[in-house]
Amino acid sequence: MSKSNLTRRGLLRNSAIAGAGIAMPTIFTASSAAAYTNEPTGSSVTLGFNVPQTGPYADEGSDELLAQQLAVEHLNGEGDGGCLNTFTSKALKGNGILGKKVEFVTGDTQTKSDAARASAKSMIEKDGAIMINGGSSSGVAVAVQGLCQEAGVIFMAGLTHANDTTGKDRKANGFRHFFNAYMSGAALAPVLANEMGKDRRAYHLTADYNWGWTQEESIVASTEALGWETVNTVKTPLASTDFSSYITPVLNSGADVLVLNHYGGNMVNSLSNAIQFDLLSKQVNGKDFKIVVPLYSELMAAGAGENIKGVLGSMNYNWQLDNEGSKQFVKSFGEKYGKPPSNSAQTCYAQVLLYADACERAGTFNPCGVVEALEGFEFDGLGNGPTLYRAEDHQCFKDVLVVRGAQNPTNAYDTLEIVEITPVDQVTYAPNHPMFGGDDATLGECNPGA
Amino acid sequence: MLGLNKKDFNLLLIVMALALLAPFLLNPFPSDSGLAQFNAGYPDLMQKFVIFGIFAIGFNILFGLTGYLSFGHAAFLGVGSYSCVWMFKLLGYNVLPGIMLSVVTSGIFAYLIGIVSLRRSGIYFSILTLAFAQMSFALAYSVLSNPKFNLTNGETGLQVYADDPQIFHSASAPDLPHLFGLSMRATEKLQIGAWEFQFNAGYYLCAIIMIAMFYLSIRIFRSPFGMMLRAIKSNNTRMNYTGLNARPYTLAAFVISGMYAGLAGGLLSAMDPLAGAERMQWTASGEVVLMTILGGAGTLIGPVLGSGLIKYFENIFSKINSTVLHNWFSFLPEGLEDLMVTLIYPFVGKGWHLTLGVMFMLIVIFLPGGLVEGGQRVKRLFKRRKSSDTDDEATQSTPAE
Amino acid sequence: MDAIILQTLNGLDKGSAYALIALGLTLIFGTLGVVNFAHGALFMIGAFCAVFLQRLLSLSTVTIDETQKDFLGNPLKVETPYVHNWFGPETGAAIIDWSVPLAILFAIPVMIAVGFIMERGLIKHFYKRPHADQILVTFGLAIVLQEVIKYFYGANPIPTPAPDALAGAVDLGTLVGFDPNVIIYPYWRLIYFFFAALIIGAVFAFLQFTTFGMVVRAGMADRETVGLLGIDIDKRFTIMFGIAAAVAGLAGVMYTPINPPNYHMGMDFLVLSFVVVVVGGMGSLPGAVAAGFLLGVLESYASTTWATTTIPGINQIIIYLVAIIVLLTRPRGLMGKKGVMEE
Repeated sequence: MSKSNLTRRGLLRNSAIAGAGIAMPTIFTASSAAAYTNEPTGSSVTLGFNVPQTGPYADEGSDELLAQQLAVEHLNGEGDGGCLNTFTSKALKGNGILGKKVEFVTGDTQTKSDAARASAKSMIEKDGAIMINGGSSSGVAVAVQGLCQEAGVIFMAGLTHANDTTGKDRKANGFRHFFNAYMSGAALAPVLANEMGKDRRAYHLTADYNWGWTQEESIVASTEALGWETVNTVKTPLASTDFSSYITPVLNSGADVLVLNHYGGNMVNSLSNAIQFDLLSKQVNGKDFKIVVPLYSELMAAGAGENIKGVLGSMNYNWQLDNEGSKQFVKSFGEKYGKPPSNSAQTCYAQVLLYADACERAGTFNPCGVVEALEGFEFDGLGNGPTLYRAEDHQCFKDVLVVRGAQNPTNAYDTLEIVEITPVDQVTYAPNHPMFGGDDATLGECNPGA
Repeated sequence: MLGLNKKDFNLLLIVMALALLAPFLLNPFPSDSGLAQFNAGYPDLMQKFVIFGIFAIGFNILFGLTGYLSFGHAAFLGVGSYSCVWMFKLLGYNVLPGIMLSVVTSGIFAYLIGIVSLRRSGIYFSILTLAFAQMSFALAYSVLSNPKFNLTNGETGLQVYADDPQIFHSASAPDLPHLFGLSMRATEKLQIGAWEFQFNAGYYLCAIIMIAMFYLSIRIFRSPFGMMLRAIKSNNTRMNYTGLNARPYTLAAFVISGMYAGLAGGLLSAMDPLAGAERMQWTASGEVVLMTILGGAGTLIGPVLGSGLIKYFENIFSKINSTVLHNWFSFLPEGLEDLMVTLIYPFVGKGWHLTLGVMFMLIVIFLPGGLVEGGQRVKRLFKRRKSSDTDDEATQSTPAE
Repeated sequence: MDAIILQTLNGLDKGSAYALIALGLTLIFGTLGVVNFAHGALFMIGAFCAVFLQRLLSLSTVTIDETQKDFLGNPLKVETPYVHNWFGPETGAAIIDWSVPLAILFAIPVMIAVGFIMERGLIKHFYKRPHADQILVTFGLAIVLQEVIKYFYGANPIPTPAPDALAGAVDLGTLVGFDPNVIIYPYWRLIYFFFAALIIGAVFAFLQFTTFGMVVRAGMADRETVGLLGIDIDKRFTIMFGIAAAVAGLAGVMYTPINPPNYHMGMDFLVLSFVVVVVGGMGSLPGAVAAGFLLGVLESYASTTWATTTIPGINQIIIYLVAIIVLLTRPRGLMGKKGVMEE
């Protein structure tokens, strides 16, 4: 964002205040006038970016924020236009959304569902945000999604991987671009069978909360379908920092694969601890011992350092993906911020563009119109290849990446290498899949609020 | 009046005025000016102010009067929240049963924890309450949310689903928490010139309850029971020698403050029907301790001020990002603008914790009696200017010590 | 059997960290009577001494290599650490590899200085203030310290591996007659345990067998009288604060290869270490150490499958459950003195 532009906006703003001061005080109640919550009436529209800015996921949050700011720039026709050039829908013109300049407000989720709802509410009630985007945990995503449904604004989820977000907790006003635990399992299992054989015995360590459980359930189901045996599944307290007492029982359990259903700091520590115990150099049942981390992120890879070498996992997106949209996005992001985007950054960027595009195609900011425009929308050019926003559960369906910690990274950014791009058909499931709430799960009605 | 002496009655009037006029007082800046960032007069934050005010008032009855420092009060808040949401799930969205049950369950919970914890005093008591609260948190976060017995819904937070019984739910009632049909989200907006003020039904419910609870706390402070609690604080041993058993009194204070916390938890759920487990974490318990001490422990109004200050920081400072800063300083020449932004940026947005920490230290170092002492000093300063003879008349209620 | 041995080792290892932090806390409390909520932050700063040294040693010159490309397709900037240039690539790499053990030498003066500054600049003014004020001001300080670290190092954990020679695990079982591969344990965790034992022993010996220690112990028992004897007890207590800070800091430095440090690691340990201190008994050094190891071992036992299937969730609450049981059966913890912090 160029400085001169900000200055100009500041000027406009100051003059607007001056004008308002002179104007006769007019008193009226505004709530009855709008057709939907926070209908933008001026020359601009406000988006709310709700990301963790304090606490353990602060770095991930700041990455998301960078991507969101970049998206706003591109929507307003600044910078190099980014994925507007490659996006298959050509509704966006680089003149904001529906001719209104895009502005944004930010909030801190603290990765707590209460705090996330509070900051989302503040953006909706105080700043007039018409859409909320971002976040880095499923608990937060489900909580904020519920809030947006009640308040009548659109929620575009950031990083959320639990099945529930578009499973039993799916909402008409909520959309998820990120992949989920089921997809991780479905994408990983064939690669695991291929690389490690079909007669493996797996030991699961699982973070003891909702996301961990759905992840474990998904991986167990898809690996057992391929002939693996599950030796044990152990829940570890979320507050654990030292996992040694969960790792040592693995040694003599007869298992030859360790699956770490952990995320963030938990994953960094459990993986580091497992490596300390030299698990990877062990031989069990005549096979080399292996470790799998079903959900990877760039920041976790950076935190675990050398320990990720050779460890398999899955991702929603990786900057090394070789397609037009991805190359364009990496270029825009990299030139502005000096580093390649993380997969949570890519998701948040794509979500902002998808929302804007849906508004353009619907011709309105009305959430119900946006929902209609997004449901069943097929697109490409945002980095993940051809993608479908499924109407039944508002989940994106696209290829899933299986990645591995690189043996010889040349720089800080290629510590993960893409092993396989699992095609979308292989990770698609029925909307009423039992892991996703079965037949009971419904989106409900879209809510325009007001 | 109302059984209060003149000074207390005036204090009550001040609190009433502050609470009822909050939508005006908290929105001093026109809504499209750069300073609107500092406006706090939107429903969610106003609700948080008064709800955490109730929480802190209740905590102060225990800590300010008896000196027993509980580090586990968040557990009662959490229990209250869960009870209220369960009422929504079972009975329907009317807030009354939920709020009532949250007070009852947290009272029972406080009684059980109180009997055990109050067998010890000092830091041993603090650690016992902390241990109970942390156990409750761990259980709520994972163990009690397993699919077979899902009491808390764990990480996601307890919420109402479409297939919940809600036996008293009628088609005409709103599908959100309401009081006999009046939705807690109902907000009237009043536009006067460039200013916009929001009047929210839920806020006024909370505010009225807060005023009632404040009144109750004045009565407790001024009652023989309150005197007894202060006696426990100043010298517990001497109390025992006079033949009085202090424990029933401290237990009563513990349960009362637990019920205040439960009420606050119930109101949180009533305003926003989702109860997250992190409400019970030790950091949440610590927060109410900080609120009370920051405001002025043992004073009547201190805890309310302290809770307002902390919530204000959490919600307002965390939202200032670099774009906002650039807007503010856009009148400066380019180089100066960048300099100002660079200087301020570490303290706002993602750095709001830093500001909070610095503020804690400054207040404790320079204002040992918290914000109330600050207020007293300012007032004394003015008085001294007017007439130099009267100076040491305590303006607010006297601290308990 | 092997499972019990392994869990005992794990417990002793966790207990080492708890004991070291609790020891420092108790030193400060016992000498100065101050409840130091910033003690976890001192542990964290110690850990970041290791990070800082690692970064310092890896400071690099940048050369542009036209043959390689970075992620944008521009020529790759190759970084060569100065130590490689100065000592040759092999010695240089070895120095960086050993940065964590080297950080011990670096951390001791830094932590003692941090301790002095904290005590003289802030804590000193809080001796006469209520414990609640001490808690609040040190808690504020803890937040400030960790936010400062976050500002410079980010929120993500930073890998600080042990030297290659000390990475990996040793097969302890074969030494005592078990089958190979049954009881293996990481070198560094064993080192951590012995290091902790050494520090604890050194602190006790210092207090027990030196004149300085004797005066400090006398001061802990009766500050006034020692003061009346014409001894400058304040100065000695300041030194003790520095030592306590150094103990916490060293615990932090040595902990970095076990888990990559992040800015809030101190807070993770803070509550736990207070529980440890109280279970041990306020003001009792042996109590703090004993409780640290006890809780560490019990925590490990509680996380076995056997324990969690017998009582679901026991691994989540064991520490707190033990604290409650100990405090209800022994009013002042394991070895607490009468009248300390009971008001």
